[in-house]
Order: sequence, then structure tokens, then C-alpha cells
Amino acid sequence: MTSLVFYIFATILIFAAIRVVTVKNPVHASLFLVLAFFTSAGIWLLLEAEFLAITLVLVYVGAVMVLFLFVIMMLDIDHKTLREGFGRYFAIGSFVAVVVLLELYMVFKAKGSDLATTTAKAMAEDVPNTVALGKVLYTDYLYPFELAAMLLLVAMVAAITLTMRPRRSNKYQEPSKQVEVKASDRLKVLKMPAEKAE
Amino acid sequence: MIKLLGAFFLALGLIGAALLGVVYQIWLSSPWQLLWLPITVVALLLMVAYLTYAERKIIGYMQIRIGPNRVGPRGWLQPIADSIKLICKEIILPAKSNRFLFIIAPALAMAPALAAWAVIPFDDGWVFADINAALLYLLAMTSLGVYGVIIAGWASNSKYAFLGAIRSTAQIVSYEIAMGFALVGVLMASGSLNLGDIVRAQSGSHGILDWFWLPLLPLFVVYFISGVAETNRAPFDVAEGESEIVAGFHVEYSGMLFAVFFLAEYLNMILIAALTSIMFLGGWLSPFADTPLESLFAWVPGVAWLFLKTSIFLFLFLWFRATFPRYRYDQIMRLGWKVFIPLTIVWILVLGVMVVSEFAWFAPAVSSTV
Repeated sequence: MTSLVFYIFATILIFAAIRVVTVKNPVHASLFLVLAFFTSAGIWLLLEAEFLAITLVLVYVGAVMVLFLFVIMMLDIDHKTLREGFGRYFAIGSFVAVVVLLELYMVFKAKGSDLATTTAKAMAEDVPNTVALGKVLYTDYLYPFELAAMLLLVAMVAAITLTMRPRRSNKYQEPSKQVEVKASDRLKVLKMPAEKAE
Repeated sequence: MIKLLGAFFLALGLIGAALLGVVYQIWLSSPWQLLWLPITVVALLLMVAYLTYAERKIIGYMQIRIGPNRVGPRGWLQPIADSIKLICKEIILPAKSNRFLFIIAPALAMAPALAAWAVIPFDDGWVFADINAALLYLLAMTSLGVYGVIIAGWASNSKYAFLGAIRSTAQIVSYEIAMGFALVGVLMASGSLNLGDIVRAQSGSHGILDWFWLPLLPLFVVYFISGVAETNRAPFDVAEGESEIVAGFHVEYSGMLFAVFFLAEYLNMILIAALTSIMFLGGWLSPFADTPLESLFAWVPGVAWLFLKTSIFLFLFLWFRATFPRYRYDQIMRLGWKVFIPLTIVWILVLGVMVVSEFAWFAPAVSSTV
């Protein structure tokens, strides 16, 4: 039963992932990406990693992709200009693809990290996944965890500084400028001839 | 036409899949419980129907009108008449809309609203899926509802609908953060992500005073107000904003497709009300526990208490709508980002001190998990 569910999810995932790059409309592409995230969350659930699976849905599907869609829908995208650079980007794109494939091969097949022989550490049956993860994060991996948090904080501060437009909303006086003002700067005496009353 | 049929079946499939997952989960634990599934769904839909009736009646009385009183005795059949009308109406598809997305959008709004009910404990042990990460699951489900709105707004190919969708998206994403932080407070106080354990953590020897509304008072208020904002209800209903963008994201929808959006909105209202009562008002616990009245009310089933508490919040939803004028958009954003989020963060720190120092409510040490 589990493997049947896995194959159904995997098929949907691969289909969705392929459609992300082949579909013409960017909005459809990002919706397929949402589907891909959702099905991979399903696969994680099969691994009994419920915390990671639900967080994937919560963070990526619920927040990140919503903002993606938000931006993509706002853009006025011309499909023709989108396809123009295909030849130009093909070379570098295929280079990146080869590098990624090599890396994947190394991860899967290198000695010592062969996935077929590596088994996940057995978890205690009565400890929920979330509790186990929390314990590991806040004890063994405390420093990496805090570092990641700092990194995110720095990124957030940077993003806010980049987009902040300081706006002078409060009206204040500068005394030095006030003192330097002369009457001739502000006051202009005009001579007007008196009009005749008829 | 074929594309249209496809979209229709996909929409059905989405709602079906949401239900199927629940069915499978129940089948694993106890097959006879499956009988409760149709009963619950029908009860929820009836609640939605009569919530619309209650809304019109209550707001009517608040505005010194009578409200619907023509169909059936005292207008009790009004929601039935309304739903028959909506089912019979023609579904209009805008000429330049994206038909596929246009049709599945209501289903995308509806499916998470239904699926979230799978983890709600109606009474001690009365829960379809007693999972440990229930609180996270709920947060994920409530945040998925936004897809219905945003896809509807985009697929309609209408400026009003699109503006409504954009407003709603920004609003939901902002208020989700405050909501999440409020839930962090609940998690800290109860020491569990399981809703059943959260309710059990609120039982104690002081009855009402043991419920989380008191130690988590600011979070309680923030959670409920964020919930009102998440469901796009007045005074946060700029996504609909009849006075400026006609009806927002569902301006192009008619007939049954519109009705599904309507159902989803009201289901979400009931969900938020039920969640607030579960997490802050002790869920199925009796308010008379540890008072002389306790034995007098011992015959009342827990689900009745939950229903009563939920009704309080549903009444508040309607009261808000009758009382407050719609917020201006920048005011909504300011309230969410500059008031609620800092408030919840400060209270989480206070709560941390209270939990660690085993202050009053947390005296017997939070020991429900591990």
C-alpha cells in the first residue's frame, strides 16, 4: 500500500516538475511548482517526517509560492521575449544541468554515502517526530541552527534596508538655517500704482 | 468544452482527495468511525446554512430591522430557499477567462476548509485524525485557502477581481505570521501540538481560570482578530470591498461556483471560532468545573460546550460586521505588522519566563510530552 501511494505521488511529482519548465504560461508554471511541493510533502509524510512535510506545505506552499504568484501575476510578461534567449542560455543551462547530475551521482554512488546501504537512525516509537527534531536542533546542532537564524536575520535586515524609502513625514525646523535667513530672502516689496476708482 | 469538464472533475477530485485522506486515516484507526464522517459534513453544511440565517437576523435586529421572515415560520427556511436558488442559477464563464483555473478555484478554496476539520476534537477522543502535529497541520490548511482566492482573481481576467485577489493575498500572508506566533504561545503553554492534549492541558482545579484565555490573554485577542482577517470578514473585508472593487475576487462568479466560495468562507469562520474555543476557552471542558454547579451540569456532553463556545465567537464575527466600518488598507497592514507581531513576540517572551519559573498556571510543570 505504502509503495503504491509512493509511486502515485512520485509520478505526479515528476509530471509536475517537468511541466514547471515546459509550460508556456509563467502562472501555470508556478502553480505546477505548488503541486510539486505538495506531492513531495506527501512523500515526506510517507517517511513519517510529518513535521518537515507540514512545514514544507506551510512555508513554501502557504507563503513563498503565494508571494511568487503575487509577483508573477503583477508582471506584464510577453511570451515572445521570454522565449528569445533560448539559444543563448542553452549552453550554460546544459552545463549547470551536467554539474548537478554529477553532484547527484556523487551523493548517491560515492563510497560511504551509498543510499542503499545507509539507513536512517531508528527513532524511538513513542517520541513524536516534532519532539525528536526539536531536541536534535536545540542540542547537537544548536550552533548551526543559530547561525542559520542569524543569516536569515541579516538577509531580512538587508532586504528592508534595500527597499526602505525614507520619507520626511515630520516637519521640523533647522535653527542654523533659520538664523541665516535675511529679510530679502523672504520678503519682496512690490510697488504698485494706485488704481483709479471710476 | 472538454477542458471545462476536465476542470470540473479535477475540482471534484480535489475535494474528494481531501475527504479520501481523512477516510483512509479513520479506516486505519477504527472503521466504524467512518459513519460519523457524512454526519459531520452534513452537520457542518447545515451550520453554514443557518449561520447565514443567523447573520441576517442578528445584523437585522442590531440595525432595528426584522431580517428575513417570509420563507417558512419566522423565515427559518430562508437558507434552504437561498441554496436552491444558487444551485439553479446559470454559471457564467467570462469570455477571456482562464476556464480551467476559473472552475477549480472554488474547489481550491473549499478543500482546505473541509480538510482542516479532520483534526478538530469535538469531545474527549472524538476526533477523526488524532495526529501529533495537528496545530501545524491546521496552520498549513488555513494558509492554503488563499490559493482559491488568488487563482479566482487571476483566472477571471477582470481588474476588480485581480485587485481583490492581490489585497487578500497580502492580507492573509501578513496576518498568518501573527496567527502563527499566537499558536507558538499555545504550544508553549500546553507543551503539545496535539489539539486533544491542548484541551487537556487546560483542565485543572480552578475551572474557567485554568483555561488559556487568562495567561495568554493578548495572544487570545490577537489570534481571534487575525482569524477575522484571515477569513476576509468585516472589518477586514477589503478583498471584497463592494464600495470600491464591486465584490473583489468573486465578482465574475455566479450560481454554484459562487456558492462554493460562500461555503468556504463560512466554513472557515466556523473553523476559526471552533479553534479559538479549543485553544483558549477549554474546548469541550465544562465552564462549571470545580464550582458548586458542576454536578448540576454533568449531564451536558462536551460537544455541547464546544458548540456553545464556538457560537460565542460566531456571534462576535457577526457583531463586528454590524459595528465596525471597513479598515483602510494601510491601516490593516499597520495593525498586522506593527501592532500584532511585536505584541505576540513580547508575550511569547513573558510566557517563556512564566513557564520556566512555573508561575501559577504552569506550576505542575508542563509534562504532557516526553
